[in-house]
Amino acid sequence: MRTLEFLASRLGKAVLVVIGVVVLNFLLIQLAPGDPAAVLAGEAGAGDELYLAQLREQFGLDRPLHVQLLSYLGNVLSGDLGYSYRNQVPVLELIADRLPATLLLTGSAFVFSLVLGVLLGILAASRRGTAADTVIMTGALVFYATPLFWIALMAVLVFSIYLPWLPPFDMETIGAGYTGWRRALDIAHHLVLPTVTLGLFFTATYARITRASMLEVMSLDFVKTARAKGVQQGRIIRRHVLRNAILPVFTLASVQAGQLVGGAVLTETVFAWPGIGRLMFDALFQRDYPVLLGVFLVTAIMVVLVNLAADLLYRIVDPRIETAA
Amino acid sequence: MPTDAPLLQVEGLHIPLPGGSERTYAVEDASYTLANGEILCLVGESGSGKSMTANAIMGLLPEHLTPTRGRILFRGRDLLTLSEAELSRERGRSIAMIFQEPLSALNPLMRIGDQIAEVLEVHGEGDRATRERRVAELLDFVGLPDPALLRDAYPFRLSGGQRQRVMIAMALALEPAILVADEPTTALDVTTQAQILELIRRIQRAKGMGVLFITHDFGVVADIADRVAVMEKGRVVEQGRAADVLDRPRHPYTRRLIAAVPHREDAATKAPPSGPSLLEVRNLSKTYRPGGGLFTRPRVVRALDDVSFTLRRGETLGVVGESGSGKSTLGRCILKLLSADAGEIRFQGRDIVPLSPRQFRPLRRHLQMVFQDPFASLNPRQTVGRILSDGPRANGVSATAAVARARELLELVGLDASAIDRYPGEFSGGQRQRIGIARALALDPSLLVADESVSALDVSVQAQVLELLKELQVRLDIGIIFITHDLRVAAQICDRIAVMQNGRIVESGTPAQVFDAPEHAYTRRLVDAIPGLHWDPRAAVA
Repeated sequence: MRTLEFLASRLGKAVLVVIGVVVLNFLLIQLAPGDPAAVLAGEAGAGDELYLAQLREQFGLDRPLHVQLLSYLGNVLSGDLGYSYRNQVPVLELIADRLPATLLLTGSAFVFSLVLGVLLGILAASRRGTAADTVIMTGALVFYATPLFWIALMAVLVFSIYLPWLPPFDMETIGAGYTGWRRALDIAHHLVLPTVTLGLFFTATYARITRASMLEVMSLDFVKTARAKGVQQGRIIRRHVLRNAILPVFTLASVQAGQLVGGAVLTETVFAWPGIGRLMFDALFQRDYPVLLGVFLVTAIMVVLVNLAADLLYRIVDPRIETAA
Repeated sequence: MPTDAPLLQVEGLHIPLPGGSERTYAVEDASYTLANGEILCLVGESGSGKSMTANAIMGLLPEHLTPTRGRILFRGRDLLTLSEAELSRERGRSIAMIFQEPLSALNPLMRIGDQIAEVLEVHGEGDRATRERRVAELLDFVGLPDPALLRDAYPFRLSGGQRQRVMIAMALALEPAILVADEPTTALDVTTQAQILELIRRIQRAKGMGVLFITHDFGVVADIADRVAVMEKGRVVEQGRAADVLDRPRHPYTRRLIAAVPHREDAATKAPPSGPSLLEVRNLSKTYRPGGGLFTRPRVVRALDDVSFTLRRGETLGVVGESGSGKSTLGRCILKLLSADAGEIRFQGRDIVPLSPRQFRPLRRHLQMVFQDPFASLNPRQTVGRILSDGPRANGVSATAAVARARELLELVGLDASAIDRYPGEFSGGQRQRIGIARALALDPSLLVADESVSALDVSVQAQVLELLKELQVRLDIGIIFITHDLRVAAQICDRIAVMQNGRIVESGTPAQVFDAPEHAYTRRLVDAIPGLHWDPRAAVA
């Protein structure tokens, strides 16, 4: 019952947050320099004032700002994200078209970094002070400190050009026309480089946090109690240390999960991945504001939902939360 | 295996400290034996190595501390030669241990029942159903209410005393031959302590276990020990039957320790204070409303409920109670660190409750506090001189005058003036508490609130600090509100004692009245729970 009440109050707040985000985004984008009509007109090769005015009228850009805002807000609330200036298709359609590719990429990167990072962290903590620990922690530091785009470029250089193992861009082999399992395998093959590139930073962070947290928990009294009970070392790590040490990792994972939609702009651009990130990147250059706003909205909703899910999960992972909430 | 071997025999145990430490050995040539069915108390102050020998028995020492010489024979078998795997088979089965901090000794994310069942599980006892039955039995045996409900509870739902009972249940699961108890009641309230001691004694008799009971409190020793070993700086300096060591201590260290046990002063030594009234508290109330959100109804905790008393100049009022009784809230309200909900606090005739922080600031120097934790209450990055002169300087005293005053204060609290350029980390707990007192005195206050100011100190240091407070009070004619959970300490230093329960003062009077003729049932319970009540430490060292 308490969980339901909690959920209801949080959902109410979440809706308010999303509306706030919509308004803020709309206003912020007005501050950005550049005029969509001018860009469109420029691409069409025509630049006379009349054509510009016509374009502005067609898209409603000539109306006062608050009228535009209110009508946008009303449309959003009724589920209409508007038309792309450029592609002349509904924004929702565009986003729905690109979302699966992004979720596939960011989702794999999420799982990849979480699993690998936590495993490495556990390994480093339980072999503290050994060569394995040193290697893992040094590696973590390197990937923690290296910029993402550089890793991406180097990965392409090494694994696609020198060693032709992995395809450097796109999501599947163009024109191959694979279907079924063959297609899935092809996509997986294309997925490797972007996933690893995107996930390495978080892998390093998870490894570091897991290790630090494990070491801290290992020094707590209840671990000594477990030893005094005669519990074997391996079981102590699994049953007592890990469960408690995973809480800060969980917090960080919820931050990464919040970036599932918006966090891959750079990676998608470098690897020509046909996802939301690239849609946003292109929309930015084309001043395609409805698309940009749509992407922002979906990103914001994702963050809010993930946070909500994380808060709910927290109450399961840590039984102490409920009374404090 | 020789059957006549004693249950546990520690022989010439040496545990070296890592290089660069104050002394070479944490434990040096320690020898003692524990027989079947007896309680051996290992007594000593912090750093005496008493806990370390206990951890050595269990093989639970940290890696940088390894016994180099000596033997620990359990039924004739040397535990120090066992491998980790062999040792973990003995742990929990032959020898079990309970710890000081019941709040942190249980895994916060594991259900109580699962933690107890785990002992049975890792030692391959029974199947799931029989283990569950045993868990219920154990919870019932250690006197926990409603075992069925408790089995599925998480530790944070339980009080300190209940958690310690869970620890004991866990330790008893396999009916071990030895129970090692490392200060198991130190973190508990007196009444809870009395119950846990009673429980340990009961199960020791019922199961015929040997109990190695580690404590710093001679009162507890007097209550529970069959035999006593006294440790000083890693060595066992005296051991023998409890009655012998307690009533006829031979070693000077034992005599010193027993002399320092807090005890009641003779009633006639001090005239009742008759100075002008310094502080009058009238109908003071403070309510906490923790929790409570959009949908949940807030809980209401009456931390102070209609509290009234008067304190005179030169008088020490003891405020005694168990945790949660509101005694610390009272101290904080008087210093306006917390704002009271209702009532009056008349300091030198002026009600300070309605004053704004700005209006109160000029008064603040007259009311000062000595905190409980001498480690956390001094800024480790400031020299002692800075700590002592900050207050006066903030009140407009010149830098040179403030430093000169700091030197005087150090002398006043019995520290060398050279301390002025050193950092708090370079001092022992007792010395730090002296610095804390000096800091409180730096502004010439007329009222000191001492909140558990000696609770974290060893008995001998505690005795010195109490002596210092008493001396300073006579010299400076200040009023002291002395907040403590320890009735013995209160009886030693206070002119009057107010007993608090659930935010109310249920009884107040002179120590003699409170001890000898307690009127309120709660006071009687508190007095009865004082460890070592039947034993008179002064007679032992007279």
